[in-house]
Amino acid sequence: MTAQEVDKKKMVVVEGSYAVAHSVKICKPNVISAYPITPQTHIVENLSQFIADGEMPDCEYHNVESEFSALSALVGASAVGARTYSATTSQGLELMHEVLFNVSGMRLPIVMTIINRAVSAPINIWNDHQDSISQRDTGWIQLYAEDTQEAADMTAQAHKIAEDKDVLLPVMICMDGYILSHVYEPVVLLEQDLVDEYLPGYAPVFVLDPKNPMTFGAFAAPSTYTEFRYLQEQAMGVALKKIEDAANKFNEIFGRYYGGLIDEYETEDAEIIIMAMGSIIGTIKDVIDARRSKGEKIGLLKVRSFRPFPVEATRKALKNAKVIVTLDKNISIGLNEGALCTETKACLHNTNIDAPVIGYTVGLGGRDIPIHTIENIIDQAKEVMSSGITVESQFTDLREDLI
Amino acid sequence: MKSLLAPGHRGCAGCCDAMAAKFTLMAAGEDCIVVSPTGCLEVMTTPYPESAWEVPWIHSLFENTAAVASGIEAGLNALGKKKNTKVIAIGGDGATIDIGVRSISGAFERGHDFTYVCMDNEAYMNTGVQRSGATPYDASTTTSPAGRASFGNPRPKKNMPAIMAAHGSPYVATTSVAYPKDAIKKVRRAIETEGPTYVQIHAPCPTGWRFDSSKTVEVGRLAVETALWPMYEMVDGKIEAVKKIKNRKSVEEYLKMQGRFKHLFKKEGGDAEIKKIQEIADANAKQLGLDM
Repeated sequence: MTAQEVDKKKMVVVEGSYAVAHSVKICKPNVISAYPITPQTHIVENLSQFIADGEMPDCEYHNVESEFSALSALVGASAVGARTYSATTSQGLELMHEVLFNVSGMRLPIVMTIINRAVSAPINIWNDHQDSISQRDTGWIQLYAEDTQEAADMTAQAHKIAEDKDVLLPVMICMDGYILSHVYEPVVLLEQDLVDEYLPGYAPVFVLDPKNPMTFGAFAAPSTYTEFRYLQEQAMGVALKKIEDAANKFNEIFGRYYGGLIDEYETEDAEIIIMAMGSIIGTIKDVIDARRSKGEKIGLLKVRSFRPFPVEATRKALKNAKVIVTLDKNISIGLNEGALCTETKACLHNTNIDAPVIGYTVGLGGRDIPIHTIENIIDQAKEVMSSGITVESQFTDLREDLI
Repeated sequence: MKSLLAPGHRGCAGCCDAMAAKFTLMAAGEDCIVVSPTGCLEVMTTPYPESAWEVPWIHSLFENTAAVASGIEAGLNALGKKKNTKVIAIGGDGATIDIGVRSISGAFERGHDFTYVCMDNEAYMNTGVQRSGATPYDASTTTSPAGRASFGNPRPKKNMPAIMAAHGSPYVATTSVAYPKDAIKKVRRAIETEGPTYVQIHAPCPTGWRFDSSKTVEVGRLAVETALWPMYEMVDGKIEAVKKIKNRKSVEEYLKMQGRFKHLFKKEGGDAEIKKIQEIADANAKQLGLDM
């Protein structure tokens, strides 16, 4: 039997949040601390039930009074050597902002699932990527999942990457709110024996221990501060390889692979390459299949790791493209483009690749991105290919009646 | 008793934080993990790569100390390493009573086994003496300055011990750096009591209160002897013991030693303000039965 056939026999239909919660359990965290927020709630509810049923005997689960304290408690737990996990979204993640820097600065390998959701105002509980993209510079690794299986599998990969002695950086596993968190689809739930083989126990070098007292979180003057940031940047550089290694090793043991830093679909001879992150990937693949059948050379570059940004891998994948399209579920207001657009243009600058990059802001606040939206964007990219770039970045599917 | 706060730190002469931290560690011994918020104590003891802490110590942020302490306790429990190790938070009044209230409230409600020690020097000293919720009535600070239309801080101190007792804490106490034996005894009792316990140590700051750096203990004693800083223990929410005062002194004696109250003796209407402060002391004495 092929790996796919084996997987099919093992598959169960569960909610995305359940699949992730199951993965968390199987990764055996020592401390979980969390605060409920829509649409992350099903993850923490499932974890609470596992605890209530005695399925996580070695885990301390704490329902705290805010997201700020959820992550702060993990600072303490991680510093004494515990494997730690939390989950949040949107306003909760924004509330954690200050702690995020603190975690990465102290090199604590905390893992969090981010159920991507729009930010207020106006208040909106549906999906886009503004929450996690707004945390871009906090020093966390950010991985984006395409479907629930990938999000579930990424949980084990995230612990492995974060806890690697040459990395020691926290990881956000980003998955689209509702579209992935609340969808029921067939998945293979992570198996304990395979995860035990894949993910060794966390064995930190530096911990708070009365037998060997150390000081964590000292203050750094101008004479020493810069080097802490430099070393974080170096660790992000190491993480580029470790993210690939973690994906490859996962493939070896579990037989599933979604790309390392990036994944490519029909890019080899593609004239137009669409770049995107998260659950929209599936829709784009369907459109590409249809266009390919008509002989149109369209490809897809899925960005799996947004931080560290895969500069080299992106350049390599885009080197023969004639037009590059970026789809962003986020917007930098005042620049009129999303983060993927900006990063992509930046990584092509100072290279020989001079294909135009056109950016589209899509799917904000949970607005559906139907196939015809992707079709229109491809048609516009073809227009750019034949007659040159006119608009660099723009909103998509605006409702003129509301403006 | 060995001091586990090494000399050579950057505390000012007469520093109250250094005394509070030293007494806390004397009470705790070596088998502890200490958390501190941002503040004077953190800055003066840990200029990287130096550290004055001879016990494991962590500083995370300004407003999350109790949450970090709760995570340490949870982590030690999960890893089977808790045993007799004590988890202690030591923070200033701003980090505790103002910006850290959400965090400390949550950690106490969750019932973590740790002790929170608040070094109460009644303002934000690390940033240059701005008022906090613990600043007493009429104290002049850089953000509640006395002026032509002001006698200084317009509000009385927040009663944090009562708030912590209301959380169901099994042990809440007030003490002062001016009474080292009392401070060590109460911190030790707090540490030995299971569950979340709270000790507020009154900590006169020569720099912020503007008195001579040789007078920290003297000023601290006067705060107690005037009943402006009553010392007591609360067990399961009930006052169990108070430090009685023989021949209670007038608040004037306490106020006149400090630059932060200087305006009360110069400005028209100052007498009436001093009278109001005396009423605060009288009310404390009456409520707690302090007079012998």
